[in-house]
Amino acid sequence: MSESRATWTKYSSPQAFYPLAGKLIPWFAGLAMICLAAGLYIGFLVAPTDFQQGDSYRIIFVHVPAAWMSMFLYVVMAGWAAVGLGLKARPSFMMAQAIAPTGALFTFLALFTGAFWGKPTWGAWWVWDARLTSELILLFQYAGVMLLHASIDDLRRADRASAVLALVGVVNVPIIYFSVRWWNTLHQGASVSMTAAPKMAATMLSAMGIMALGFWMYSAAVALMRVRCIILERERQASWAQIERGA
Amino acid sequence: MTPRQKRFSMIGLGLAALGIAAALVLNAFNSNLVFFFTPTQVANGEVPKGQSFRIGGMVEAGTLTRENDGLTVHFVMSDTVKRVPVTYKGILPDLFKEGKGAVAQGRLSSEGTFVASEVLAKHDENYMPPEAAEAMAKAKAAGKQSSDTLVVTP
Repeated sequence: MSESRATWTKYSSPQAFYPLAGKLIPWFAGLAMICLAAGLYIGFLVAPTDFQQGDSYRIIFVHVPAAWMSMFLYVVMAGWAAVGLGLKARPSFMMAQAIAPTGALFTFLALFTGAFWGKPTWGAWWVWDARLTSELILLFQYAGVMLLHASIDDLRRADRASAVLALVGVVNVPIIYFSVRWWNTLHQGASVSMTAAPKMAATMLSAMGIMALGFWMYSAAVALMRVRCIILERERQASWAQIERGA
Repeated sequence: MTPRQKRFSMIGLGLAALGIAAALVLNAFNSNLVFFFTPTQVANGEVPKGQSFRIGGMVEAGTLTRENDGLTVHFVMSDTVKRVPVTYKGILPDLFKEGKGAVAQGRLSSEGTFVASEVLAKHDENYMPPEAAEAMAKAKAAGKQSSDTLVVTP
């Protein structure tokens, strides 16, 4: 027990985490590329045309995984923020800071692709229903966390303040997820859930699953790359960081 | 309790309090968060009077009629309990079909007809190839037939 604890806490030092992150990045990036290529291939060329929406439903292969990631990454970010506040561990805050832009990107992607899906199916780019509005709020939440962090010069205070904000915002995630069940929305209900059989053909489902896996791998790779930059920037006074930077 | 456990329990308690607060607020706002009203709510007079609102439900099969100008359409919106006649002048979305969901924005006229200014199609969460949909429809029809013939007459 004490031994595993020692190896685990070893990576709570930025100096030890930096090379580990560097080693993991190529794996995540490679898997992301394979998954995204396979997912897009199956989604756009193999999966059958839908019986009522025709080919416009194919936006689902980007839209749904992006929407999942936008919510999932927020929970991960808030999780790192909680660990950072509880353990006063700097790398946790750095991870939270590194995840935020990727989460915001996926939120934007979900909203953007959703608009392109809404026009041919519903007949509107945007409606103010509970699902769409709560997802838009999520985008503002990511922006808020990033802005608050950037606007405070003292890094320790910036970390703590943005961590608290990230934690407060986590209540929106279940609201987004369950909005289609709690209220009348124009947005349809979930096709894939943990409690019911999926309401889509197997090929479509597999393409969506592979795309989601690809987005996971992409997020991990990009977050680790970003956290390496953040570590170097914050540890620039340390001798090891100066050697890494080649200074 | 160590300071660390104290910090984590503070975070946990804070989140719990926030969750309860959010639940209460959402519960209070519940009726304002709906995107559309159902025909039953319209029939019960639960809709804002003299104001524009949205109505959602199924477009009842066999009720869609088009006037000679080619733009004005009439149909009945139903939630299987109550029915509301709707008039709309404009282009319908591609997925707008009889027997499928739709949401219309507009006002209730004095005769009880809903005059829509915008009609949106509401598609469901089922995705499948056309052949599968056809097979399902066939199976359903066959099932109905067999249950019809299964009626035991004394």
